[in-house]
Amino acid sequence: MNTKVSIAYLAGLALLVAAPTVIYPVLVMKVLCFALFACAFNLLLGYTGLLSFGHAIFLGTSAYVAGYVIKVLEFGPLAGIAVGTVAAGALGWVIGSLAIRRQGIYFAMITLALAQLMYFIYVQAPFTGGEDGLQGIARGSMFGIDLTNDLALYYVVVGFFAAAFWLIQRTIHSPFGQTLKAIRENEQRTISLGYDVDRYKLLAFVLSAAIAGLAGALKALLFGFATLGDIHWHTSGEVVLMTLLGGMGTVFGPVVGATVIVTLQTELSDKVGSLVSVIMGCIFVFCVLVFRRGIVGEGVALYKRMIGEKVH
Amino acid sequence: MTEKTATAAPFILETTGLVKEFRGFVAVNGVDLKVRRGHIHALIGPNGAGKTTCFNLLTKFLPPTRGTIRFNGKDITNEAPQRIARMGMVRSFQISAVFPHLTVLENVRIALQRSLGTTFHFWKSGRTLDQLNERAMALLAEVGLESYARMVAVEMPYGRKRALEIATTLALDPEMLLLDEPTQGMGHEDVDRVMELIRKVSANRTILMVEHNMKVVSGICDAITVLARGAVLAEGDYASVSANPVVIEAYMGSEAAQLVAEGH
Ligand SMILES: Nc1ncnc2c1ncn2[C@@H]1O[C@H](COP(=O)(O)OP(=O)(O)OP(=O)(O)O)[C@@H](O)[C@H]1O
Ligand SMILES: [Mg+2]
Repeated sequence: MNTKVSIAYLAGLALLVAAPTVIYPVLVMKVLCFALFACAFNLLLGYTGLLSFGHAIFLGTSAYVAGYVIKVLEFGPLAGIAVGTVAAGALGWVIGSLAIRRQGIYFAMITLALAQLMYFIYVQAPFTGGEDGLQGIARGSMFGIDLTNDLALYYVVVGFFAAAFWLIQRTIHSPFGQTLKAIRENEQRTISLGYDVDRYKLLAFVLSAAIAGLAGALKALLFGFATLGDIHWHTSGEVVLMTLLGGMGTVFGPVVGATVIVTLQTELSDKVGSLVSVIMGCIFVFCVLVFRRGIVGEGVALYKRMIGEKVH
Repeated sequence: MTEKTATAAPFILETTGLVKEFRGFVAVNGVDLKVRRGHIHALIGPNGAGKTTCFNLLTKFLPPTRGTIRFNGKDITNEAPQRIARMGMVRSFQISAVFPHLTVLENVRIALQRSLGTTFHFWKSGRTLDQLNERAMALLAEVGLESYARMVAVEMPYGRKRALEIATTLALDPEMLLLDEPTQGMGHEDVDRVMELIRKVSANRTILMVEHNMKVVSGICDAITVLARGAVLAEGDYASVSANPVVIEAYMGSEAAQLVAEGH
């Protein structure tokens, strides 16, 4: 981690620890779940150059699996989170293996198609509760802490988020992350230097799916249910929007994007009702047309211009 | 790491009856190419002759429709492209192939870091790559880019990017280099610099290069193969090829005039 990122990371962590004194913790937890989801997605889109268009399937699979482990098998929240995360990673391995053989738009379409296929399986499967969803997932307790208390759950969620976020940024800056960037920058050249690029893409895909799964399991624990909404393509679209709005290929961009989108949705849904999706659509168009680098990306570019560095 | 075999056969690369068809269009038509170990071998020919396609076949970026390719006596017709690189045959691309948003130093390190065996280690600190810096700087110095090390590759002038590509390729210490128009679009000074560079790195190596600039071809190449409409039109040294009426006819126009004007 370079110094600037370390400072931002610690400052962010301090803010999170203090946040519940001023903000309703459930809202912050929801933001954190989506932020983690977006960070996982950004590892693929921003650092490997892969647009997965069915990423909600990993979020939702883990939510269902965690819910099932907690509610039906009664193994408690920690086991639920662990099994859910592993399940999402495993599904990531399957979908990733099929999708990475194709490039660009075909890759995106295969991920979408497979996610839709899983969606229809989940609608029929008995363990998901179909249209009703999997309700009544008890928070229980973890490490002897009673999670039914919002504040207690809050610090557990912050702990998971901080650890996963650290792992993602570590990955980005690792030797593996360097290889991913090479693939993003010039795949053909990376092959010509002797890299078996498909294996790197697959590992990135599995990591991303597993972390998206972690976000899904935490979300299921937070709200006590897993529903078809978690695996719907809408949710896949939302994570693309969050990442683009915040700034893809930046460490903090997805967090900022998720914060803005989740807050807007929460604030606006009682005021404008179904117009929310229209507003989201407008934000998306705005991002694509004039705000290409996203909030963090544009901020960094502005800062660089001010100190007289070149911007690309 | 390149896997060097100590075969002393005169030809490092041999193709027999190499054919590539794109939906009925024959881009490469029965090419028998023999590249002698240690040579700088030029592959020339008019636009669309199939030179780049040949490179793609040789390095397995495209599967051939028919024919075989042997590298160092080994049949590589069915190998994967990354395997070819590890065997010691590394290519460059016609369009500049740097990693644009990585620094110049990082560009070279990408080629070096595979040797550490940590390319899958997502939990390791990026600082573990710093041990490669010295070697990377030495390679950059070899192509005269040491002062650019911290620059983002996209900011470099075109000619320097080609030099960076060569440094990155050399990082793998390949036995054989395939260069696709390394001097394309360059001014005189850059052409001279890259030409010298190729001559320098050709020691102990074999180079196959596509080149339009006849000054470069006549200046540094030991052998020439002329390709036209996918087939070999002529082969030999510069004097015999440039005097060949079939070649002159195939070029028709400026390049032919240049070829004749510079013929010895
Ligand atoms: N993927 C492809 N699909 C269809 N046709 C192709 C493909 N690649 C090349 N061709 C065709 O094959 C022919 C040979 O192309 P190639 O790029 O090998 O020529 P070249 O000798 O490298 O030319 P230049 O000097 O312009 O680089 C051209 O007519 C080209 O249009
Ligand atoms: Mg070409």
